[in-house]
Formats: sequence, structure tokens, C-alpha cells
Amino acid sequence: MSKLVIASIGPASSVQDGGRTGAQRYGLVPSGAMDRLALAAANTLVGNEPFTAAVEVGPFGAKFTARGGAVRVALTGAPRNADIAGRAMASDTSATIADGEALTLGFARGGAFSYLAIEGGISGEPMFGSLAVNARAGLGSPYPRPLQAGDELPAKAASGAAERRIELPAATDAPIHIVWGPQDDEFTDETKKLFVDSEWKISATSDRMGYRLEGPTLKHLHGHNIVSDGTVNGSLQVPGNGQPIVLMPDRGTSGGYPKIATVISADLGRLAQIPAGHAFRFRAVSMAEAQAEARKFAELLRTLPERLRAIESVDLNIDALHDANVAGHAVSAVDAGTWHAVSLADVAGPD
Amino acid sequence: MRIPLAAKTRYRLSPAQELDPEKWVPLFPKRSCSKPKPKLRDRLEAMAATLPPPRLLPSGDSAITVEFSRNIDDAANRRVLALDRALAAEPIAGVTETVPTYRSLLVHYDPVQIGFDTLGEGILALAQLPAPATTKARHWRIPVVYGGEHGIDLEDVAKTLNTTPEEIVARHVAGDYRVAMIGFTPGWSYLSGLADSLHMPRRQNPRLLTPAGTISIGGVQTGVQCLAGPSGWHLLGRTAVRTYQLHRDPIFLLEPGDNVTFTPVDAKTFAEQDRAAEAGEFIAEQIAT
Repeated sequence: MSKLVIASIGPASSVQDGGRTGAQRYGLVPSGAMDRLALAAANTLVGNEPFTAAVEVGPFGAKFTARGGAVRVALTGAPRNADIAGRAMASDTSATIADGEALTLGFARGGAFSYLAIEGGISGEPMFGSLAVNARAGLGSPYPRPLQAGDELPAKAASGAAERRIELPAATDAPIHIVWGPQDDEFTDETKKLFVDSEWKISATSDRMGYRLEGPTLKHLHGHNIVSDGTVNGSLQVPGNGQPIVLMPDRGTSGGYPKIATVISADLGRLAQIPAGHAFRFRAVSMAEAQAEARKFAELLRTLPERLRAIESVDLNIDALHDANVAGHAVSAVDAGTWHAVSLADVAGPD
Repeated sequence: MRIPLAAKTRYRLSPAQELDPEKWVPLFPKRSCSKPKPKLRDRLEAMAATLPPPRLLPSGDSAITVEFSRNIDDAANRRVLALDRALAAEPIAGVTETVPTYRSLLVHYDPVQIGFDTLGEGILALAQLPAPATTKARHWRIPVVYGGEHGIDLEDVAKTLNTTPEEIVARHVAGDYRVAMIGFTPGWSYLSGLADSLHMPRRQNPRLLTPAGTISIGGVQTGVQCLAGPSGWHLLGRTAVRTYQLHRDPIFLLEPGDNVTFTPVDAKTFAEQDRAAEAGEFIAEQIAT
């Protein structure tokens, strides 16, 4: 049987899928991919169901070696340098790693998480229908913890199918959209205005449980303790220090801080990919707008297979050029913030 | 027979009368007031029909927080659990899961299948239904080893409340508790029904790590903590019962709404029970009610 052996991997890397819903009433949070679109795109590239388990790779580098046969993979999410035995692999493409070859991933050059999908998925023992790692609950398969060097991911032998790229909507640094509530009445209108009028940065102490935000102090009207109630992905809770925390897929199922607003579901993955230290803003939208966005996002996920394209030639692939840093557009490998300023138009130049 | 309106609306006040109860006049003529007092059951029904509607608070585009109270409130928690059962009995298409808490029910849904307004109307209709008169709740007896290394705060709690550790244990064991919610981490069961004489503020400095199976008190609550983790509550003891255990059927032992009482055991019994629990035994006894 083929397998991917992890030669090296940074922290915050784990097997994730669509998550396990249905047991939040028992305190078990769903977990699952931070960026669901990137997960679904990676799986679509290798012919898997969109929310099949894949490797969520954190901001640091990683190296995977194919053993026992060739393994076909796809890479999406945070852009980073990638090569298979010296051959560049572009983001948002599939590629086959021959037996004994290694796929080497560099640091994220923007964004935070990349997704490495494996053709046929990862073999493991599902718990509540999911392989997603939730280390606190002891869940996840093949390893109920973040991945580390020496781990092995069993895989199907590569099919030999033609490699593909996928055309995703262009990256944007538009504001992250929120809807107010459930506890925005714990804050004055001035505080709410401050929240949407200010620039925010994601703190380096963020993780899969929550993204801590740095910005102006948000004052509570009646103190920072409320009787615990349920949380969702994207809940913007404001603890005593007035610095909000966005709750992410490994959050606690309940929390006792007022939640001023909630990131709309369609924007959560985009928020998850904002690198620490990069400034961004929030914008409030109505429930009708948020739900229209949610429906559009569901439609995007549903139609991902229509976005698959043949790879004409690696040399002419604009993403590959971009990744190889030879498109005349210097992208700093150190300053993670540059990616969001780069659009495809910038790389290709004006017509 | 039903009282047509809630009690406070039976009097019509002019602004001048408002502050003087002597001047209050019955809204209904004497004939109505002289009728025999309605039976308790009828009055309860009438009350149910006029229960204040919960607040529907948006939690993003895919969940609604149905809030019955802002406080820890037993009546509100009963309404939360009643709505949870009602939604299970009469599912609304598009609802994906529900999460009961002390004072609110979080309803997760798929906005592709149902919108906020339609779902909100459906929830309000269910929330106005009177709670079923009898709801079968399970009753669990959970053994606890109190004090010593297993309950490192017992002595301090006794000192703070000006009594003895034995008295604290007696008060805790005497309680009839109900699982108000399960949350934070898997199996962490928050119980309502803590005696007033055991209420005390949480610790100033939460501990980063407290043991699995910890039985603790905090504020007006007591709880059964399943996994090791942070806690700002006062640790009274430990139980071998795993409210969450993989590879056991069921994986989760307690349900919101279950009744719980505690029974003291010694450290040796705890150690034996802990080994048995590790092997998959429930340890908690279900008591016939």
C-alpha cells in the first residue's frame, strides 16, 4: 500500500475534514478545516468528495515522502513554494509524487493554512463520522494529535489521472463581514462603531481554538461576565481586556463572555487565512446579506468541479511562475503580509 | 376554565391611580371576580399560554440563540429543555443541531434550506407551547471521593463558609441536581440545584489544569468535569464516572435534563471504580424514579 511519510512538519498541522457535527450538546466541538473552501478545492482536484480528510499544513514548512508506490496529491490554500524532487508544484494544482520522491513545502508566503489532499483520501477510523483532529477530546485519525515527523498517512496508489488546476475566485482583502449579535446590546453604539471603524490585527498567540485580535479596547456596558451560552465558528467574544477573540473550529461549545458580533460563514475561511500582524477591517451586513452570501458560498462549493482545468504546461502556468518568483513580481518570503496585496492582475500586468 | 388574561392586566389604571393601590378598580365586573377560583392545572395552562416569548438573537447566518433569560434561572432552563425536546419531536427542516445551555437554546441551521425569519417564527411557535406535564428524566447516582488529594479545595471552602469539611460534604450530598447544560469541553456537565449555603464566588486565579473527574462548585453551580483541563471553580472531590468515554456505548453518559445525586465513597473505592471505569463500566448508577 502506498503511503505518505512525514519527514518534517511544523506545528499547527493536523488531519482535518468537514468536522463532526451533532454532539455540541455534549460539549464536543465539530473541529474541521479552518478554510473550508481550500479543503474542498484540494479534494476536488484529486476527485475526492469536497470534505474528505486532508492534511491541514500550518504556516511553517513540511516535507512528505511517498513510499510503497506513487501518491497523487493536490495543494491549495496559503501560497508557498512547493516542489516535488525539484520540480515546482503550483498552488491550486494536483501532482503525483513517485515512489521515493519527496514533496517539500516552504513557509506560507501569505495566508496561514495550506491543504494537501490525497487521492482516495486518508485511511483512518472515523469518530462521529470524522477523522478531524481534536487533540483535547482525544479524537482524530490516524493520529489523535497534530502531525509530527515520522507519522505515516496510508494512501491509495496513484490513479495516473491527468493533473489539474482549479480556478478559484481571486483573493481579496475586502473587509471581513459580520452580523451583529448575539450580545451586541452589551456594548454602546459608540463601541460598535469603534469596532467596525478600526483596523485589527491577528495576534501571534492565535490558534485553532481562537484568533486573538489586537486593536482598540472595546468596553462592556455591564461587565464582561455573562451566563455561559452557546458559541459558533466566528463568534466574536470580548473578554475582560476588551480585545476580541474570534472563535475558530476548535472553540469551546459554550462561553461566558459577551459576543458582540459573528463573522459570516462565507468569510470565516478568509479570516482564518489572514496572517498574524496583517491589518484588516470588519464590515457589518444585514442578516439577509449574510444569508445570501452563505447561499453563494454553498453554490461555489457545489460547482467546484466545473472550475477544474487541464494544466497546459507548467512553464506557462501563471501560478507556477508566481510561485517560482520569476514573474517579475517579487514576493517576500518573510513578510507574510504581501500576499493579500497581490492580485492576478498585478502578476500578469495590465493588458 | 381559564383566566383570560395574565394577572397584572386585570386592572385598568388611570395615571392618577397608578401609584395608589386603593384606587385600583377591577377591570372585570364583580360577576367575573366572584366565580370560584380556577383549579391549579387550569391556571398553569393559562400561564403557559401567556409565557413571555424568548428573544431570538442572531449568532451569525447559521445559528439562532433562543434566549429565555439573561440569568441562571431554573424556570428558564426548563423552558430551554422543553423547547429542545419540542424541536426533537417536531423537527424543522434545515435545523442541524441544538445546544441547550442554562438560559438559551442555540439552534444551528443551514441557511441554504431555511432563512432566519422563517426559522424564527417556527421556533417562537414551539416555544409558546406549554411544557408537557410529565417529562421522564433519568436519575443518576454518582459516587464521589471528597477532600484530600482528590478535593484540594474542600478545607478552604469550609473555612470560607465558616463550617467544617464534613458539613460541606453533607450539604453537597444532600442536593438534588439537574443537568442544566453540557459544554465547554466534552462531557463537562453543569448542574443546577446547588444549596444556597454552598454558593461562593469562583477563584480569583483559575487553575490551568484540574484533574479528570473533578467535582467542583463555582458561583451558584456545581459540576462534573470529565477531561483534565482549566477551571476556576473550587475542587471538592473526584468521581470515577466518565461522562465522556470513547469506545463505550453510549459515549456520552449524561443528557441535559437528567437528574443527579452524589454519594460519598472512600479513596480505595474510588481507585477500584476508576479501574473499572477505564475498562468501560458506567460506575454511575441509574436510579428508578
